[in-house]
Amino acid sequence: MKFAIQINEGPFTHQAADTAYQFTKAALENGHEIFRVFFYHDGVNNGTMYGVPPVDDRNVSALWSELAEKHDLDLVVCVAAAQRRGIMDADEAKRHGKGASNIAPKFRISGLGQLIEAGIQADRLLVFGD
Amino acid sequence: MSVTKKFVYINRKAPYGTVYALESLEVVLIGAAFEQEVQLVFVDDGVYQLTKGQSTEGVGMKNFSKTYAALGDYDVNQIYVDEQSLKERGLSMDDLQALTYEDEDDDWAEKSSMQLVNREQLAALIGDADVLLNF
Repeated sequence: MKFAIQINEGPFTHQAADTAYQFTKAALENGHEIFRVFFYHDGVNNGTMYGVPPVDDRNVSALWSELAEKHDLDLVVCVAAAQRRGIMDADEAKRHGKGASNIAPKFRISGLGQLIEAGIQADRLLVFGD
Repeated sequence: MSVTKKFVYINRKAPYGTVYALESLEVVLIGAAFEQEVQLVFVDDGVYQLTKGQSTEGVGMKNFSKTYAALGDYDVNQIYVDEQSLKERGLSMDDLQALTYEDEDDDWAEKSSMQLVNREQLAALIGDADVLLNF
């Protein structure tokens, strides 16, 4: 089956991103396709490369980057939600006069149309969050 | 993109206090460009999103309540309000903005976009959705 994933909460405060990660990993391991993972609301905070959790805890952002690297996942951070919360790639940082980008490897920034397209293209869209 | 699916947006939260209502509306407005069937449901505290006379000056939040009136222009005209949620909060349809659209198949007559639904109708509506977005 072809799944699309939407994640509405950031890392750590909510378990939603962890659950979405576990689901995505299990789906891929069982031969399903992940059309896209779309990060919205505080979910965009999963796309930061600057999280440094204690070494005995998981690093949610890094787990996503690794999974995306392994399976060539499309990790999309909503641009409008990201701008509000200070998640930027190099182009965005330059455009807004910010010193540096902070987006984690394998994440990309794009618009809400990518979420709607995922809803249209996938067999099922799963929403994780409150 | 020739596939047409039924997108149902469930709005469950108050307009302020969290960002979900505002960012849900942003998805609806962007999504309207994709020519899909769109239905909006307001349930639980979500019914407060449509209340008239919102004033946010005191809390320093952006008042986005006027944006709902533009939905008709985006061909978003299937808006369902859960009757029980209104009742539980001491509200009626009179407390809500009257959202309308112009019907192009009926000489652009102005018609109401809003429909009161009970829980049974709501369940059927959700069961009928291809894509369900909860906010």
